Amino acid sequence: MKAFISVFPLKGMLMGSLLCTMFCGSFMAQLYAQETPVDSLKLIHLNEVVIISAGQQLDHQKQRKPLSTLDEFLESSRSIKMVKRGAYAWEPTMNDMASERLAITIDGMQIFGACTDKMDPITSYVDVSNLSEAEIGSGQQGAAYGNTIGGGINLKLDKSNFKPTGWTGALESAFETNNAMRVFGGELNYSDEKFYFNLDGIYRKADNYKAGGDEEVNFSQFEKYNFSMNSGYKLAEDKSISATLIYDEANDVGYPALTMDVSLARAVIGSVSFNKDTLFGNFSNWESKVYFNTIKHVMDDTKRPNVPIHMDMPGWSETAGFYTQANLNKEKHHFFFKWDGFYNKSYAEMTMYPTNSNEPLMFMLTWPDVRTKDVGFYAEDHLSLEKASLKLSARLAYHSNTVADDFGLNSLKIFYPEMDKTNTRFLKSFSAQYHQMLNNFHIHGGLSYGERAPSVSEGYGFYLFNSFDNHDYIGDPDLNTESSADANLSVTYKKPIFEITAGANYFHVFNYIIGVVDPTLSTMTIGAQGVKIYTNLDYAQLFNASLSGRYSISNAFKLTGSVSYHRGVDDTGENLPLISPLSYRSALDFYKNQFSASLSIDGAGEQTNFNPDYGENKSAAYATLSASFGKRFFLKENDLFLKAGVENILDTNYSTYTDWNNIPRMGRNFYFTVSYSIN
Amino acid sequence: MKTLKYIFAILFLSASFISCSGDDENTPVEVSPVEGLNMIYEIPATDHTVQIYSEKQNLEVGYNEISIRIKDLASDKYVTNAAPSWMPMMHMEMMEHSAPHSMLTNTEESTVYKGHIVFQMPSNDTEYWEMMLNYSINGQQKEETLRISVSQPVDGLKKTQVFMGADDTRYILAYVNPKDPKVAINDLQAVLYKMESMMSFPMVENYKITVDPRMPGMGNHSSPNNEDMTYTSATKMYDGKLSLTMTGYWKINLKLMNSNGETLKGEDVTEANPESSLYFELEF
Repeated sequence: MKAFISVFPLKGMLMGSLLCTMFCGSFMAQLYAQETPVDSLKLIHLNEVVIISAGQQLDHQKQRKPLSTLDEFLESSRSIKMVKRGAYAWEPTMNDMASERLAITIDGMQIFGACTDKMDPITSYVDVSNLSEAEIGSGQQGAAYGNTIGGGINLKLDKSNFKPTGWTGALESAFETNNAMRVFGGELNYSDEKFYFNLDGIYRKADNYKAGGDEEVNFSQFEKYNFSMNSGYKLAEDKSISATLIYDEANDVGYPALTMDVSLARAVIGSVSFNKDTLFGNFSNWESKVYFNTIKHVMDDTKRPNVPIHMDMPGWSETAGFYTQANLNKEKHHFFFKWDGFYNKSYAEMTMYPTNSNEPLMFMLTWPDVRTKDVGFYAEDHLSLEKASLKLSARLAYHSNTVADDFGLNSLKIFYPEMDKTNTRFLKSFSAQYHQMLNNFHIHGGLSYGERAPSVSEGYGFYLFNSFDNHDYIGDPDLNTESSADANLSVTYKKPIFEITAGANYFHVFNYIIGVVDPTLSTMTIGAQGVKIYTNLDYAQLFNASLSGRYSISNAFKLTGSVSYHRGVDDTGENLPLISPLSYRSALDFYKNQFSASLSIDGAGEQTNFNPDYGENKSAAYATLSASFGKRFFLKENDLFLKAGVENILDTNYSTYTDWNNIPRMGRNFYFTVSYSIN
Repeated sequence: MKTLKYIFAILFLSASFISCSGDDENTPVEVSPVEGLNMIYEIPATDHTVQIYSEKQNLEVGYNEISIRIKDLASDKYVTNAAPSWMPMMHMEMMEHSAPHSMLTNTEESTVYKGHIVFQMPSNDTEYWEMMLNYSINGQQKEETLRISVSQPVDGLKKTQVFMGADDTRYILAYVNPKDPKVAINDLQAVLYKMESMMSFPMVENYKITVDPRMPGMGNHSSPNNEDMTYTSATKMYDGKLSLTMTGYWKINLKLMNSNGETLKGEDVTEANPESSLYFELEF
């Protein structure tokens, strides 16, 4: 299946033109760092894999904070930053681009959040308990998962996959002092060569957290549980079927940065797949899957004081889809083909209760039952050359949106009297990545082009309030397809005990979609400053550069570090919103005799490139210090693993550019994790 | 053989099904020309009856579309050459006056005489409305006077404005459409009359009425792509566009301007002035 097997490397890379790279490279830091060991023989892959759960092996030593939320795991990746609206359901961004520009899938399944205000990124509907890793592809390296501009993330479910382990189980619990978060989890597995069954569950409940200086952040509580089941059965030596069912529900989730909380966010995700080792003799690893998922999301403002007008805002998103994929190896060529498709229904409504209860309820459709159809074909070829490799890939997709609800269609026609009910487009993506080894140097470079359709909100949103810039947003069904040409380059110098990578990437995004103020429009949300219409800018430019390194001081001690620089401007040279300032992180890890410890620092420079038009102000520089300690015990055949740590040791009160409305982040936090696994 | 029988049976059934549906589409259905209307009055006479219909259950203050049919009892047919005319009359304690009204015409449907009346006020025990009706039947001129009751609309919403313009003329502006507002761009329609005397209310042509819908409950939220109302000679009404972005209570702020562009009544809505003195109210 995919080519991610080897872990890797560098992230983002560079792009732009070489020129740009060289120029910038000369004085800018590039690259991202982090502790990932690089296996370079496998060439290419500009992909990164974040190991989330090592399942039965209880390989938690490698992880500083084993039962942290998936959001925290993703944030630990070099390439991903998380936008935070509270303590829960952070939104991943990559190369400074968020959900609409990323393809995020769960085990290859397309899932779309049901919240018009992005309060439920799909990463909030799974948990670390059922995931094994996150595969991350920057830019068009993520096109295998769907149409994307910024990159793709696939969250792989943790499955036994016919390993002959018999019965295994584990119990895990964690506690965090800052927000009194209690975590309880468990799993039960059976696996042999013919059949496997995995069952796991996790429950988390947290109170309000406290920012540095003991400042309580109200409405930051949450409660969630997640169950999942996987099973597989071998029909024959080379054939198997497998099925997955995930149920995830969060209640009473506070969003301190927003004006509303969430009373229910529920997802049911299911799939059935068929796997065969070969197909037509030549193809291998043939995998086909059909899936369905349904999400319900209900916002709630009943617990907030001083609400100008009470409103109900439920949303629904249902997606059905399939994919079938196979590999083909021919001499130096390693082909991978994937045919995929999905059908999504997105519907959201808003009902407002007037202060004068004699007046009728105010009702609008904020997502007018948009039906999205997408069918795509993806192909890649990995060409192994001597001391070098080349990867070529392409995705072609047919994409259409239809407004199925007449009420919603008529609503949008207020703004676009001539609009069509259906909009179709053809999306293309191409990329070429080259990797060359020169002694101890590895050079990766690539050029690519990709396109994406506007998201449901961008195309069809109706008065969606964005509390960040305090504007109502209205979609435009006639938006042009957004496209991006990008280039990346990175250079790694690698010795067994030492490695350093410099990389950069540049995206030139045509028809960049962003909200632009229309001063003639009247706000709907009480207190909003204005109305923005999603609009195509002629272009926008994004540049990311990073420098990362790893040094094995001894067998026990390892030092890692990275620093990254980001810049995003629109066609008039104005700053784009949510672009990271210079940021850095470094860690010293120790591991010996089943004892592990780490000390890490995370920080960012002052955000000098911000844009007040998008509600941004200057985020101050900050740095936080964290530490963890772990010990693994063997009790007969079983494992007991204990881990404790402290985050933000100095109790710094800070917020970063990703913190919606500058809500401060968590202050000092002690955490304790206990895992007991029965083998 | 047996199978064949079934196949024939199925073919036969489907054929008859298809032909049936074909028949349904082709047969013109006789629709009553007063379908959907309520007969609110019936005036019996020796050889004919006069039937008065309205869309509403009863006559209300504001714009009322009224349909009249006269049935010749001898032929059991509705008369198409009655050439009726009408005159509404309010009998107050101290005075009498009429109301703005159109002519009665049967251009759409030869047996139905249609027109409208804009009642400025409701009737009560001591002050009442009468409708005087003149028509001819079988060559004879008839006159009937019918006492009618006019109530305030039950929704209590202001849809009729009687006001003195800046030109010292008294105007009557009444909301006509949309009767069933939608979250959409609605066709907005109103009628405008001026009061020349107690008995004379001529139609006002070629003025303009600006349209600014607002939701006072939502911080005076407004909507785009509204169109001011202008006079359409074909309908003898003022037509414009009204965008409503959500259901609820809307105040349609208006400004009446004469053909020279001078404002006769109403003000612009601004931060300082949240509403115009000339408006309609809507709820849906």
